[in-house]
Amino acid sequence: MSGFEGRDLTCIRGGRLVFEGVNFAASPGQALLLRGPNGVGKSSLLRLMVGFLVPAAGTINWDGTPISSDRDAHGARSVYIGHLDALKLSLTGAQNLSFWARINGHGKDHVLAALERFGILHLADIPAQLMSAGQRKRLNLARLIAVPSPLWLMDEPVTSLDAEGSELIEDIMAVHLDAGGIVIAATHQDLLGNRATELRLTPVIGSEYGDLA
Amino acid sequence: MADLHKFANPNRFVRIARAVLPWSNIVTALLLISGLYLALFNSPADYQHGQSVRIMYVHVPSAWMSMSIYSFLFVASLVALIWRHPLAHLAARAAAPIGAGFTLVTLVTGSLWGKPGWGTWWVWDARLTSVLVLFFLYLGHIALTHAHDNPERGAKAAAILAIVGFVNVPIIKYSVDWWNTLHQGASVIRADGPSIDGSMLTPLLLMSLAFTTYFVSVLLIRIQSEINARKIQALQLSQAAG
Amino acid sequence: MTNQTTRNGTFAPMLALLGRDLRLSLASGGDSAMVVVFFVLAAILFPFGVGPESAVLTRIGSGVIWVTALLAVLLSVERLFLADYEDGSLELLALTPLPMEFLVLAKVAAHWLTTGLPLLVATPILGLLYHLPPAAFGPMILALMLGTPTLSLVGAIGSALTLGSRRGGVLLSLLVLPLYVPVLIFGTAVVDAAISGSGETAKTPIMILAALLLASLALAPWATAAAVRQALE
Repeated sequence: MSGFEGRDLTCIRGGRLVFEGVNFAASPGQALLLRGPNGVGKSSLLRLMVGFLVPAAGTINWDGTPISSDRDAHGARSVYIGHLDALKLSLTGAQNLSFWARINGHGKDHVLAALERFGILHLADIPAQLMSAGQRKRLNLARLIAVPSPLWLMDEPVTSLDAEGSELIEDIMAVHLDAGGIVIAATHQDLLGNRATELRLTPVIGSEYGDLA
Repeated sequence: MADLHKFANPNRFVRIARAVLPWSNIVTALLLISGLYLALFNSPADYQHGQSVRIMYVHVPSAWMSMSIYSFLFVASLVALIWRHPLAHLAARAAAPIGAGFTLVTLVTGSLWGKPGWGTWWVWDARLTSVLVLFFLYLGHIALTHAHDNPERGAKAAAILAIVGFVNVPIIKYSVDWWNTLHQGASVIRADGPSIDGSMLTPLLLMSLAFTTYFVSVLLIRIQSEINARKIQALQLSQAAG
Repeated sequence: MTNQTTRNGTFAPMLALLGRDLRLSLASGGDSAMVVVFFVLAAILFPFGVGPESAVLTRIGSGVIWVTALLAVLLSVERLFLADYEDGSLELLALTPLPMEFLVLAKVAAHWLTTGLPLLVATPILGLLYHLPPAAFGPMILALMLGTPTLSLVGAIGSALTLGSRRGGVLLSLLVLPLYVPVLIFGTAVVDAAISGSGETAKTPIMILAALLLASLALAPWATAAAVRQALE
């Protein structure tokens, strides 16, 4: 099947069963919001989707092929927005962004466009050191445009953004969906209205050593 | 939830370990008693080393153990990284301190034997140095397994170290052939058969077998206690979760 | 948005990473300078300890230079992945189309250029301070040129293994120093052979240093990449 899907996923971290039997599916043009209280495993599920974590059970497929069969290809088709901004403070906005473009095999052509789209073109020649938390977040998000990839995996994409910034990222996500992209985000906000489906995670109790008798 | 992961439930291992353990304990005791008797009372003194040759019956088997336990660590680490078998991590974690112990015994007995034999406690030759490096590799492995708050991460890091450090094992084995060293060459495992007399070979082999079964016993006990520790932790986690 | 557009060669992305690391090292204001200063200062301490007799200094010179070079590399290699790990860059590096092994190579190359190479430049000064005969300088530089990349490569394994651990620095020395022993043995053997006056006998340890470099080029990036991947879990 086309798209991104996971079946019967079990995640164990540090001997703790985080979740089990989780299924998800997102086809091109669809957004999926991961919901649930803190500690329920939203970030872990995202890290499974990116490929940092390997599920203890279950499979994750892209267009029907397991992502574990070619991790580099899966990395190339995803943009991951984590909690950390991945910026070098001594480098300018443009230098930071063009590094990520170049190392992903893209030219610098989208870099200025990306900065402009996120309203931070004036930060192109400013070292990241001098930027506010919101500006750094925008610079990190600008990778979405500078490194064009179909799959966007985002952990709390709108934290530390102002209202205008949240609207902006929602617009940009909508354009990405229109172009046939996939957006998966762990968030407590209501993003993208009725274009998004929700996946609600619930707490589980258990351990790696299932029965404790 | 009885079978989350096809290997995750260690109860089968515990059953097997419980069945094996009494036997390996008995065999270890028998081998050790007979080996020590032959080694200390019923084998000749060496024309060169005199009575101090009896140190050999501890020194040589522990040297073998130090290398075979490292090889065991290497194989367990490969299994753990490639097939993600959780028991392999536990086995590696349990084996490393035993290996470090045997290596320390090797170094100490070698030193005790070297003083009357060579007139010095220690020389910086290839065999001694590479065994010392092995000891530090064991210590590094133990330190690394305990250096992370998440035991899984420590186990994986240690597994990579065990694989990298394996290059040292052939160096130890062949150091006496590759370099001119004070340490004598191989006299038991040779292409042309052992060059050692039967009256010495028998106790040596008995002691080696005794050390091996001792390793099996201690390993089984340590893996079981690791499993129990994990179960306790899991119980606490489920209590914390209410 | 196909893989073809993102996969134009491995070389350009590697150069991008190498360039970034070099630029960061320059921007942070003399990481390399500190390493060289440590190298020279530590080596200068020994004559105070063992006395200034020329014969003694010549005898211990190569060993001191190798040990201090090794410690200088060890001190600097700890931070090889740490900054990228702490600011989240390492995760994103893992998601580039380039295999992690190549990224490791690029980072190690940057590390060597900013530490190993400056050490080489400072070595002749130490050679003079230790009254090494002029004939020993060439072999010693050659030995360091072959040996220090090995130190960086092996150090990278330890650096990646200790990411996110408690007691990183001390643990790193425990892991890496035993693996440095062969380089130290054959590195000093080169200089000793050159001092004792026979160029021919220096050949074998140089060949072995080259072999160690090739072996670590093959093994270390793989082990380091595996260690980095597990650090991201």
